[in-house]
Amino acid sequence: MADPILALRGVDKSFGPVQVLHGVDFELRPGEIHALIGENGAGKSTTMKIIAGYYDATAGETLWQGKPISFQSSDDAEALGIVMIHQEFNLAEHLGVDQNVFLGRELKRGWRLDHKAMRARTSELLERLECNVDPSAQVSQISVPSKQMVEIAKALSRDLRVLIMDEPTAVLTERDCEILFRQIERLRDEGVAILYTSHKLSEVKRVCDRVTVLRDGAMVRSEMVADISEDEMAAAMVGRELSDLYPAKAVPQDEVMLEVEGLSVPGLIEDASLTLRRGEVLGIGGLVGSGRTELAEAIAGLRPRTGQVRLMGEELPAGEVRTAMERGLVYLTEDRKNAGLLLDKGARENLTLALLDRFGKVLIDRKAEEAALDRAIEEFAIRIPERGMPVGNLSGGNQQKLLLAKTLLSEPQVILIDEPTRGIDIGTKQQIYGLISRLAAEGHAIIVISSEMPELIGIVSRALVMHDGRVVGALEGDDVNEGSIVRLAMGLGETSKEAVA
Amino acid sequence: MTMATASKTNSQGAGRKINLQVIGPVVALIALILIGMALNSNFLSYANITNVLARSAFIGIIAVGMTFVITAGGLDLSVGSMAAFVAGLMILTMNTLTESMGVTLPVILLGVALALAAGLIAGIINGVLITRVGIEAFIVTLGTMGIYRSLITWLADGGTLSLGFEMRELYRPVYYGGIAGISWPIIAFAVVAIIGEIVMRHTAFGRHCAAIGSNERVARYSSIAVLKVRLATYALLGLLVGFAVVMYVPRLGSASASTGLLWELEAIAAVIIGGTLLKGGFGRVWGTVVGVLILSLIGNILNLTDFVSPYLNGAIQGAVIILAVVMQRKSASDR
Repeated sequence: MADPILALRGVDKSFGPVQVLHGVDFELRPGEIHALIGENGAGKSTTMKIIAGYYDATAGETLWQGKPISFQSSDDAEALGIVMIHQEFNLAEHLGVDQNVFLGRELKRGWRLDHKAMRARTSELLERLECNVDPSAQVSQISVPSKQMVEIAKALSRDLRVLIMDEPTAVLTERDCEILFRQIERLRDEGVAILYTSHKLSEVKRVCDRVTVLRDGAMVRSEMVADISEDEMAAAMVGRELSDLYPAKAVPQDEVMLEVEGLSVPGLIEDASLTLRRGEVLGIGGLVGSGRTELAEAIAGLRPRTGQVRLMGEELPAGEVRTAMERGLVYLTEDRKNAGLLLDKGARENLTLALLDRFGKVLIDRKAEEAALDRAIEEFAIRIPERGMPVGNLSGGNQQKLLLAKTLLSEPQVILIDEPTRGIDIGTKQQIYGLISRLAAEGHAIIVISSEMPELIGIVSRALVMHDGRVVGALEGDDVNEGSIVRLAMGLGETSKEAVA
Repeated sequence: MTMATASKTNSQGAGRKINLQVIGPVVALIALILIGMALNSNFLSYANITNVLARSAFIGIIAVGMTFVITAGGLDLSVGSMAAFVAGLMILTMNTLTESMGVTLPVILLGVALALAAGLIAGIINGVLITRVGIEAFIVTLGTMGIYRSLITWLADGGTLSLGFEMRELYRPVYYGGIAGISWPIIAFAVVAIIGEIVMRHTAFGRHCAAIGSNERVARYSSIAVLKVRLATYALLGLLVGFAVVMYVPRLGSASASTGLLWELEAIAAVIIGGTLLKGGFGRVWGTVVGVLILSLIGNILNLTDFVSPYLNGAIQGAVIILAVVMQRKSASDR
């Protein structure tokens, strides 16, 4: 087996008084795909950022091809061919694909930019990645998976030795994941060392060669993937056996809570209808971009729409978020960093933001706010190290729990949840599934939108599938399975049997 | 990505850094006062302090409104011209009314009402163009800045509009009078600042401004009426410009094309020096007050001492503004 190209030896890392890494040993070899897994806050991001030169280790050393090295900045690491692709892409949206690929390292002819060469080179790289994006297209115009390919192309355009990917599949649908996997397997075969994090253990099993498990900032296990089962990985991450990930499904009652009829959003959604009953968890599946999010946003009043929405028998006016919330319907966004939480504000400000009028008449009652935060922390088991800290510094799982607390603060009856567990660890996932099922059992009506098939299948009692802006099928009971959902989502055959009741 | 990493690194010892950021402007203000005392024994005299405070009241009142606009992620370049235009309008109206109603209190009250209304309307016009028509705040207010400046020049026919002499005498005490030795402009500034601070920190409106400036999309998804709140910040600023004019007109009793020149820049500078983020999302009114005082003390100290020419006032103020932003940036993202 090849010698490690990059290794950490006894690395500690502290942020102020908080130590987040404890003596991490880690080895990355050329030609392997190495998964780094762990719960949120286990130290995965920190480890990756030390390797990529964004952070300095507090103690311990980094070895590059066996020799100690220290990076002044991520630029030093990049010069050696260590490239990190962040979860939030690092692309200039208004520039073209080729301009992004060569950003900061433009090819020149004399003092002028050599546009032709850059475009040709970009198109070569994209071809290698089987990505048929036009190199001259503006980045803001291309799809999320394509953006990821552009990031990889950018990495490839230098002498790539180590590729670090922070949850690359969190924003991809299953089909796009397959394409991504093919690409990284190809890179591995070319001798690139790939470090990869994901919360999806099936994925780790599927593409990775080796897996390292972090728990509470310490390395607890490092194995060849072939020698460890998914359950063992999960157990190592949480430090205990995980019993059933999905709770028992609630049984819907008869009372209709939400009726949507002929809802359209110009250019995005065409004639969508659905019925949601008290105590029901209704799933909406489909590819990213099929209109799932837009449908939920239109129902919640965040988008202009035509068609009828009846909430508990009463007509809900279009485009009025506030009215929807006051009447008991809320939407939890999939984009918690850009639409869900104010990352630079504290938990208290975020929690009460939508409902300030309930906290004091003219002046805000800060004590009442603090009390509400206390209750939310308790009820949702949110871990906040320092009360006033900006929520951007919380782990993804804790952010998601805070967002849930914020959304549920108005005590809604009908809850639309978009990607309930995107980018969060398995322990928190289990908590959130439990919460959803408890809410349903208490008589709430819930719609869950998800790109993760097992999740959709695991928690919903009925599922609608969307394709290209239309609801193309409804599945119930045992029909809610991966095969049927994928078939519908890809636009293959509508199951028009009782299509949309 | 640098942003994300930066905010993460910043979490360490955040307490100490935020403290430095909080007390920075106050330290600067105290330093200025000490320098002033050392250079001139008259610096702390009642007359000088009253003079400095009264003169900074106009900018101060406007800067309090500007704090809300900037906190909500906006900007208003038109306030100086707006003040000049409103002042001109007020003087013209009062002179006309004097002809029919004589030199009486109702004329002043009508003039005051007109100034407040005109400011409010001008602010609403800015706000509507920005929020409903959807033009960049910078462009809209750059446009209205030119329009109001040109209108006052035209109203004054290139010269100066003056309040009738007797009227001026009647109105004068609003600037020069006061209670308990504190003149009205100072009291007005203090009241506006205190109310502003309370509104910013303790009301839903203030919280909503910060939320919108921090991330407009999050605010919208949190069912905040984003457009209404932003419109309200411009309307509030317009109203405060009107109020500043009410205090300003009795001082000289005139308005010309050079009235209120560069007030917008001084107001914006005071807001930024006070620690409000230019990109929005965080604002503090008391900081703005400190910013206003810093700017006027610099001018005052230069006037009282000889070794730096008062003509260099602008240069020193400019340097202070840049320094303030550099310090902000340092504490906001050190890497």
